[in-house]
Amino acid sequence: MSLLVYGLINSVILALYTVGFSLTYGISGLANFAHGSLYILSGFAAWSFMNVVGLPFFLAAILSVFIIAGLGFLLYWSLLLRLRGVALAELIVTFAAGVTILELLTWRGFYGIRYSLPVFLRGGLEIFGVGVDYQRLFVLCTGVVLVVLLWLFVHHTKIGLAFRAMAQNERTALSVGIESDWIGSLSLAFGSALAALSAMVVLPLGMMESTIGYEVLIYALAVAIVGGLESTPGMIAGSFIIGFGQVAAAKYIGPKWMIIVPLAAIVLVLVIKPSGIFGKYKELEERV
Amino acid sequence: MAKESLKYRKKRLDRGIKARADTIFAVASYRDIFYLLMPRALPVVGLLILSFILEGYWGKVLVYACMYGLLALSWDFMASCGLFSLGQSLFFGIGAYLAGAMNHYLYLPPAITLPAATIAGGLICAALLSPVIRLKGVYFAMVTLMLPILLMKMIETTGVLGGTHGISSLSPFSNENLAAYLAVVGFLLCLFGFRRIINSDYGLVLVAIRDDDRAVMSGAINIYWRKTQALFVSGAVGAFAGALMTHHYQFLGMSVFALDYSILPVAAVALGGQGSFAGAALGSLILVPLSETLRALGGLRIAIYCGILIGSIIALPEGIFHYLARKYHQFERMVEGN
Amino acid sequence: MQAEPLLQVHNLRKRFGGVLATYDVSFDLRQGEFLGIIGPNGSGKTTLVNLITGFVKPNAGKVIYRGRDITGKMPYTIAELGIARTFQMVRLFYNLPAYKNLIIPLSSRRVKKLRGGKYGEKDDTAIDLLDDMGFERDSFVPYKMAGSLPHGYLKRLDLARALTLRPEILILDELFSGMSMSEVASTMPLIEKFHEEGLSIVMIEHRLKELFRVVDRVMVLNFGQKIAEGSPVEVMSNEEVKKAYLGVDIEIA
Repeated sequence: MSLLVYGLINSVILALYTVGFSLTYGISGLANFAHGSLYILSGFAAWSFMNVVGLPFFLAAILSVFIIAGLGFLLYWSLLLRLRGVALAELIVTFAAGVTILELLTWRGFYGIRYSLPVFLRGGLEIFGVGVDYQRLFVLCTGVVLVVLLWLFVHHTKIGLAFRAMAQNERTALSVGIESDWIGSLSLAFGSALAALSAMVVLPLGMMESTIGYEVLIYALAVAIVGGLESTPGMIAGSFIIGFGQVAAAKYIGPKWMIIVPLAAIVLVLVIKPSGIFGKYKELEERV
Repeated sequence: MAKESLKYRKKRLDRGIKARADTIFAVASYRDIFYLLMPRALPVVGLLILSFILEGYWGKVLVYACMYGLLALSWDFMASCGLFSLGQSLFFGIGAYLAGAMNHYLYLPPAITLPAATIAGGLICAALLSPVIRLKGVYFAMVTLMLPILLMKMIETTGVLGGTHGISSLSPFSNENLAAYLAVVGFLLCLFGFRRIINSDYGLVLVAIRDDDRAVMSGAINIYWRKTQALFVSGAVGAFAGALMTHHYQFLGMSVFALDYSILPVAAVALGGQGSFAGAALGSLILVPLSETLRALGGLRIAIYCGILIGSIIALPEGIFHYLARKYHQFERMVEGN
Repeated sequence: MQAEPLLQVHNLRKRFGGVLATYDVSFDLRQGEFLGIIGPNGSGKTTLVNLITGFVKPNAGKVIYRGRDITGKMPYTIAELGIARTFQMVRLFYNLPAYKNLIIPLSSRRVKKLRGGKYGEKDDTAIDLLDDMGFERDSFVPYKMAGSLPHGYLKRLDLARALTLRPEILILDELFSGMSMSEVASTMPLIEKFHEEGLSIVMIEHRLKELFRVVDRVMVLNFGQKIAEGSPVEVMSNEEVKKAYLGVDIEIA
């Protein structure tokens, strides 16, 4: 029973890691490999606002979400502008940017016990005989809300659909003069904002250190690939598969095996069925 | 009244000596011979001399530079047929573990472990990556990025092959300077060998696969088999570097799968220019000593590699080597007109 | 005359998302035949070629070559077995000299086998082949960068690429599109020569006048389906064919 509860919570946390990444990819087809770094950077930004400037957590959180969104926007305009369309270069550059951020954080000494964010509410309650703290419940609710919002935005709002249509027909859009660069930078900004939002909710559950940046990237990739890119039900399915897989591995094999699950999942899915579970297009494979 | 202004444009012409020296029949003077020979002799002579005179700390830097150079060359070779990897550390680590395991558990000397790890490493890497060569570039890159991390974590969790602590006191080379000689010679052989291969018909087919694989397929050529061959060669070269490193430092640990060994080769090739192999070599010979002088900055080094990588991709896509080659072979002047 | 047809295509079907590109297309090709395939734009002619040569996998149907099922095999396998093709959008390597383009098919196993191991320098062979195709060796045309050649030469280079494989079946996808009258006039004799030497040819064309002069048989496609088959005269007097082409009258010389 505890397996179920922890599995559920873990799955929702994984979904929270992924929403920002999925949003950016869903809107503009851009795979943002700096996703994890932006996630943890927002945590450190909020911490700095709280402990250096003295702001209350709520304010610090909002501020850091905006700052990270701005950073995502800036990332597009400074780096990706000229590389638009060359998927591999986009990957390498965003990845390099992410690594730069993470290594800079480590170099400046941002790790250790004193780096943590406060929880929303202290205390907890029991669900089916399993102790769950309020923060985790808060994470659960936020996760569900964000996933639903993501799905609605991308698939059902006029803006979301318009973004996607333009992303799919980028060449046509460009030739007509539509500013697809705005779409690209906005998608990166929104995705980063979501990453920061997730960070504000999930980071209080533990300590902060820059290696989390690498981990979150791996988790987001795993969920996205297992479930199939461009598919919100896929993202949900992916989170649950990996989420429960991790918890089961931790219980039956050993806690150290948790990180192996997403890594192995990425490799296995790409070898066996690259489009993922709910993947609609075989665009991952070379045609032929 | 509109003012008429003369517009100028840059015009590039091959130097006379290049036009003369371009075919073997036209090498008519010592000057022509020197022109052709100098850029090739420079790295060979330079590196060989350095391997003799450098000792201690800078001797190690030389070995490092050649080792990373081998990784960069192996990256460039794979990239020549369209396989862009973000995980050279996979080849490096597999070679390192093969050599180290053979030495530690089977008591084989470096004279045997080195060639064995090279060949076996090439075979294993080709086998590991061949299931995914049909994936589009981005997803192939992702797999190469994840595999070394996966292997590293598996070693960490299962504790095999030394686990987190690694294996130490492996056999060194019989002669202290042998590592440097092997590194330099291997590096030079690889550099000139790869250039030879790429300029041959075999290399022509590889590059054609990168440019238009369907056209090559319609020419009755199995592109996936060719790509697997390229994987074997690149894997073997990377494994050689890893095996060399293991015996040079007499230590084997999970760190051989570190991001460092994946990122610096890519940064070196981005800096030097992809496709010419000389660019990869030049890039490593610049970046490694540079990073050594910045050793005091610790983790910041990777941030600097990444910075250089990003800068090169955006601002100087053709790479330093092409720029230098252009200057060497051509001269520019401004001419009138548009 | 062989009893069994060289190439048999049975009920090929291909759907791309919502579009039915090919629907139950069947035909035979006998040894030494010259078959023309015509039809309005979008009728699925190129898709048919892609299905036969392995560039697209069919949803249903079979392709049998020399009694062997080659349905859905890799393009390089099918080319190795002896079916070569040209591309509607010419696929050449523009940053290589023209003759270097032929190095690729010359490096294939098929050519190595046919020419028996050591067959001399590939470069020389390539230049010879191009000379035969009208790329004047003396004017150094084969050595020019492919990207600098005019369109007619590019099409002939594509043809040369296919012929280098010494195929048994040659499939030409709109070879003459974009060629001037004189270029067509100089290329057609080459094709006829190869046909006389025993090559079976399938030719997709819009330039019906030139096509009807050389083909034995014609097949008409419309909206992915075969609507007529027979001699040029038979086919052009078919009412459905006329409707498909919207009432174009062709004089068959």
